Amino acid sequence: MARVVVDVVLKPEILDPQGQAIVGALGRLGINGVTDVRQGKHFELEVDDQVDDATVAQLADTLLANPVIENFTIRRS
Amino acid sequence: MPVRVGVVTFPGSLDDRDAARAVRVAGGEAVSLWHADPALHDVDAVILPGGFSYGDYLRCGAIARFSPVMESIVAAARDGLPVLGICNGFQVLCEAHLLPGALIRNDSRKFVCRDQVLRVESVDTRWTSTYRSGQEIVIPIKNGEGGYVADKRTLDELERNGRVVVRYAAGNPNGSYRNIAGISNEAGNVVGLMPHPEHAVEALTGPGTDGLGFFLSLIGAEVAA
Repeated sequence: MARVVVDVVLKPEILDPQGQAIVGALGRLGINGVTDVRQGKHFELEVDDQVDDATVAQLADTLLANPVIENFTIRRS
Repeated sequence: MPVRVGVVTFPGSLDDRDAARAVRVAGGEAVSLWHADPALHDVDAVILPGGFSYGDYLRCGAIARFSPVMESIVAAARDGLPVLGICNGFQVLCEAHLLPGALIRNDSRKFVCRDQVLRVESVDTRWTSTYRSGQEIVIPIKNGEGGYVADKRTLDELERNGRVVVRYAAGNPNGSYRNIAGISNEAGNVVGLMPHPEHAVEALTGPGTDGLGFFLSLIGAEVAA
């Protein structure tokens, strides 16, 4: 068994309204100097040993992320 | 023989019954298709209705796209079966790669629910042949993640090949690139749009009957064949 982490973020050219809402909220917290926030998704997968990197990449590319608008990174811990 | 139009119900679909009613108002026979049933039951066309399939979990339409019924629909669509994706249905079609691009959260961060003026552009599709190119119609929209995006190459190709089916007029409600409200595939049998034509087929329950043409185009054309 292993844990695999997949992080998904919108591509830089895609507008992120949620991130903008968060920037607005930071201002109301009185925190200055944070000029941009982009919100993504963090997936933690428990996988059997036979699930190889290629399979995880396929899973990430077809389900966890939409490659039209998102990039992803995979990390095994 | 009435034209049989399948209307898919996913867990969380909302406007399946209204789509079925629109089919009947247009003179067709609505056939309920269950998401877990891969059989298409001899339908002549399929509608993927609006709503919140799987609660919009992960991404809108991202899970519905893997339903057993969708496997059959994708194959049939590639063979020419007419498919209309409305709102969440449009999202499913993009996730399933039957149409290019994607739908993202509205730039205004608001869920927009209003009657919207659209301009019909392509009438070379199975679903818009009874309209005139350039015709303006009023169709209700209700979406929070209706912003159509695609890369420049795709957008240029859609424009160049007459694949923009409807465009937002009199204001862009969600930041869709190039004011695109709906598109078609190359063959013109698959159409996806964010507005809801099924909510404009009877004067009593809509802003008018401008949406009826989507269903008449499909059903009328089939009858004439």
